Parts: sequence; structure tokens; C-alpha cells
Amino acid sequence: MIKVVGLRKSFGAQVVLRGLDLEVPDGSITVIIGRSGGGKSVFLKHLLGLVRPDSGRIEVGGVDLATLNGRAMDEVRKRYGVVFQGGALFDSMTCRDNVAFPLREKSRLARAEIAARVDVALERVGLAGIGDKYPEEVSGGMRKRVAIARALVTEPEIIFFDEPTTGLDPVLVNTIHRLILELHRQSRFTAVMVSHEIPEIFELADRVGMLHEGRIVEIGPPGAIQNSQNPIVQQFIRGEPGTEL
Amino acid sequence: MTELPLAPPLRPVEGLGRWVVYIVLSLGRFGAFLGQALAALFTPPFKLWALLGRINYIGFRSLLIILLTGAFTGMVLGLQIFLTLSRFGSEAFLGPAVALSLIRELGPVLAALMVTGRAGSALTAELGIMRITEQIDALTVMALSPMRYLVAPSILAGVITFPMMTALFDVVGIFGGYLVGVELLGLSQGTYFGEMQTFVNMSDIMTGFWKSLSFGIVVTWVCTYKGFHVSRGAEGVAAATTQAVVTSSVLILVWDYFLGTILP
Repeated sequence: MIKVVGLRKSFGAQVVLRGLDLEVPDGSITVIIGRSGGGKSVFLKHLLGLVRPDSGRIEVGGVDLATLNGRAMDEVRKRYGVVFQGGALFDSMTCRDNVAFPLREKSRLARAEIAARVDVALERVGLAGIGDKYPEEVSGGMRKRVAIARALVTEPEIIFFDEPTTGLDPVLVNTIHRLILELHRQSRFTAVMVSHEIPEIFELADRVGMLHEGRIVEIGPPGAIQNSQNPIVQQFIRGEPGTEL
Repeated sequence: MTELPLAPPLRPVEGLGRWVVYIVLSLGRFGAFLGQALAALFTPPFKLWALLGRINYIGFRSLLIILLTGAFTGMVLGLQIFLTLSRFGSEAFLGPAVALSLIRELGPVLAALMVTGRAGSALTAELGIMRITEQIDALTVMALSPMRYLVAPSILAGVITFPMMTALFDVVGIFGGYLVGVELLGLSQGTYFGEMQTFVNMSDIMTGFWKSLSFGIVVTWVCTYKGFHVSRGAEGVAAATTQAVVTSSVLILVWDYFLGTILP
């Protein structure tokens, strides 16, 4: 269970998070939606321990991340897999080496075992056979899938997805979403995803939270969010222009 | 509690205070960065392959430019010093003059400046791109230390390669001076090398060694720090690269002066 209580964060005079509360049940797919610049990525960085909160609690498995540093935080991160917006693949390594990297560095597995696990991970994301290519030699959709394979290969309990379909065409968006759903069905990891993809994420999520002006203004099952009476939620779902540019 | 605005005459003082605090904080971060890198360097697991990669990147790939600049620096020194000494009938001292200039000053400084231009800038750009494409964050969230994988090997590679590059620069430079002084201007080979052996002693060589070693730390420290803290996309990478080269070059010259006053 991930539990966030009263999370506040400012950068100088700019207040980004204003007392954010959220609970993510184990084994669920929770998608955070919201306008660009609304604090979604900053929130995700708090969950990853990359940014420290000004106040509030971020509990992962009952441990408050705000109190952790260095090695203790790394112990929590060992339970994580992360798919970054651009993939964040190491461009000096082949796709295969990218997927193998966390196993080589963090596990004591034999080479043959690592190779076998990498093959399975690449196969699960439908990329068997492209492992020897470098990230720059494959398409954007393939890079995202390699990043998903890298996140999956250590069999983490929690996977964070930071806008995993940004920049992809609608067909690829659905392909990636179906892939995440299928992988989730197989592995039952807890997923926290930040996304803009409306209405596609309603097919994917167990719960959808709307982040607006530094707070979760509404959270619930996809159907409840789609039928929400909250004008902010409705405006975002319908893509209606706001008063400001 | 809301802060009351200061009276107009005090505002420059407030601005100065903010600037001083900013400088102190920046220096603190800069120092802490080296401390973290050294901690990663001296605690296992050691990343030997990363170190060898950095030695190749900083040292081996800088060989050509070191050989070229070393040779021509020695040749220019040979020519200019010969012409100056010949006014006093002291051409015999060409060998020690070229050797001492190179070993004590020009070798460490010019080799460091050349490696900064070639490898230091590339180091900053590489780390900067890794930062803006979230590759450094990816390492962090894998519970792997970017300091251990990226920064510490670069600093150790600087410590190892800079003295070697400098030694190479000195040797090639001395032979450049030989080429001009002996082969072109007619000084005897025995005089060139014999006087050199008489006047150049171990403390001169050690002075050059300590300088080059410290330049290796300074350049890799500055360049990795600048790359590691890049923000604002491609523009930020460009700015960080420029700052890294300029700061490293200035620090090389300033530090060279201080070491020159301390070392025998």
C-alpha cells in the first residue's frame, strides 16, 4: 500500500503541491491525470525519492520516505520499477544490455540466468530479436517497450509509469496500454501511472485520480470519474479550453 | 510571519548578502559533490570497467592532441630560447631551458588545457545529456549510485591519465626542442641532453607531477559537477559545457600559480 498524506512542495515562491492525499491499494493500477504543469511529475518524483517534500508523509509499505536517506531509500527502491517518459534508456548500451543492466548490477545471478531472464522480458513486451540494436536505432514505441522490459525484469512489486505513451500515435498508445494491462494480469504488480491519455486510460485503470492545483480533487473507479459532477474533472475529460492559455 | 520590505538604502546590502549566501551554498555543494565521489571511490563495489572506459575516454582518445601540441610547443620553445640564448652566447643551456619550462610549467598546464578542451567538455556534455534524458534518475531509482558509476571513475581516471599525458607531452616537447635546436640550428646533441641532465633534478619532475595530478582532479571534478547539475534542456547542456571549460581553464592557471609558490 502506498499512502500519501498532506504532501506539500514549493520551489521558491511557486507552490506545486498543496496538501496532496492519496492511497494506492496493493496490486491496483492507479492513474493520475491532470493538466500539464499541475504537479504530476513532481508528485511522482516524491514517490521515487528524487525530491523531498516540504511537509507531509509518503508511506510505502508503512515506511515514511521523507525520513529515509541514502541506503534506506535504496532499500525501498529495490522494490520499484520505473518507466520514464522518454524511456531513459542508456544510449551507450544495446537494448539487451539495458534490460540486463539492473540484474547484472543488483543481483548475483549467473550470466546464463540473466540472459534467459532478459530474453523472457523482451519476449513479454514483443521485442524478441531486437536486443542487439541500440536505443537510437529503434522506434519510439519500441523504446517504450524496452523501458517496460527493463522495469519488469527485476520483478518489482511497484512499477511507476511517467506518461509512458507520450509522443506515440493512437495505435501505439493502445498497444502499450494493452501490454501494461496484460503484464499486470500476469505479475499483479502495483502500478502508479501519470498520464494524459483520455479516454484510453479508463480502459486500463482500476482507479483514476484527478490532480489539480497541487491536490487530488477526485479519485475513484474510472466510471465514477467519467460521471463525476466536478466541473474541473469534466472540463479535463472533455478537453474543454480553460479561461487561461 | 511576513518580512517587512527593507528601506531603499539597505537593499544593496540585502542583495550582497543574498549573493554571498548563494556563493557559500554553491561552494558547499561543489565540495560535497567531491566528497560523495571520493566516498564512492573508496568503498566497494568498485567499477573497474567503468574506470577503464573513462581512462580510454579521457586519456587514450586525447593522445593525438597531446602529441601534436607537445611537439609544436617544444619546437617553438627550442626556436625562441635558442634565439634568445644566442644573444648571450649561452646556446648550451637550450636543453635545460626547454626541459625545465616544459616539466615545471608548460607540460602540466598545456596538457591539462588540451585535455579539458577535448575530454572535459565531452564529459560535461555526456553527463548533461544523461541528466536531461533522465538516465541519471534511472540509475538512482534502480538503487544504483550515479556517483559510483559516472563521477568517481571519471575523477580517478583524471588522476591516472593527467600525469601520464603530461609526461608524454614533456617527452615529445623535449624532442621537439631537440629537433629545432640540434637538427636544424646545429647545437650538439651531447650539449642538449648533457646540460639537461645536469640542471633538471627530481624535484622539478615531482613539481610537474603534483601539478598534473591536481589538475586531473580539478578538471574532472568541475566537468562532472557541471554536467551532473544541468537543467533547461539542450541550452542548459551548452551553457554547462562552456562553463565547465572556462572554469576548469581558469582554475588550472590559478592553481598552477599557487602550486608554483608552494612546491620547490
